[in-house]
Amino acid sequence: MPSILKEWYEQEANSNYGAYIPFVGTVRDEDDIEGLSFDIYEPILNSWFKAWQARAKEKGAVIKMAHSKGDVMLHESSYIAAVFSPKRRVALEFIDEFVEDFKASAPIWKYDLKNGKRVYALDRSTALEGSGILK
Amino acid sequence: MVRVEFLGPIQKEPLELDIKNLNELAEVLKSDNEMQKWLENSAVAVNDMLVSSRDIELREGDRVAILPPVCGG
Repeated sequence: MPSILKEWYEQEANSNYGAYIPFVGTVRDEDDIEGLSFDIYEPILNSWFKAWQARAKEKGAVIKMAHSKGDVMLHESSYIAAVFSPKRRVALEFIDEFVEDFKASAPIWKYDLKNGKRVYALDRSTALEGSGILK
Repeated sequence: MVRVEFLGPIQKEPLELDIKNLNELAEVLKSDNEMQKWLENSAVAVNDMLVSSRDIELREGDRVAILPPVCGG
């Protein structure tokens, strides 16, 4: 189990949350890849995440997130997020919305690792809202 | 000058351009063969804020980032 899940659990052990719902994204063995690789643009990722932290706070919840940079090999986790909330329903709904928006909005670029090279995963990528204004 | 950075898979060195708005940036990038395929699906951030229209004035020292399609997780 990724150790960060235990760290987060311990951070909130005395916060009186009734629900802790983690999401762990793991690199699957498919299409003959050796792993995945990631680029992250942190300034925009951080402001996006701060907005989600504020939304969580409004619901009495806490959101936490970690994502790998660079290469992640098969069966390793690349992305972990978790919500703590007083009751389960808020956390279950929040983690769903958060992970979906993460896929569509977080400034992270994914590459397949094949034969030691990075191949941009364009066909699995989503254009950010507002894309194309310079065309 | 305005610094323009190309993020993720766009393999292009940053540019320092004497431009006053995003319309001028669009003209510069459209004339760049390697950029044409990215313009359709890339978003634009000015000073790390995503923008939704070209109607943005640029000032000395501003930073523009070009963000191609994303896939975290």
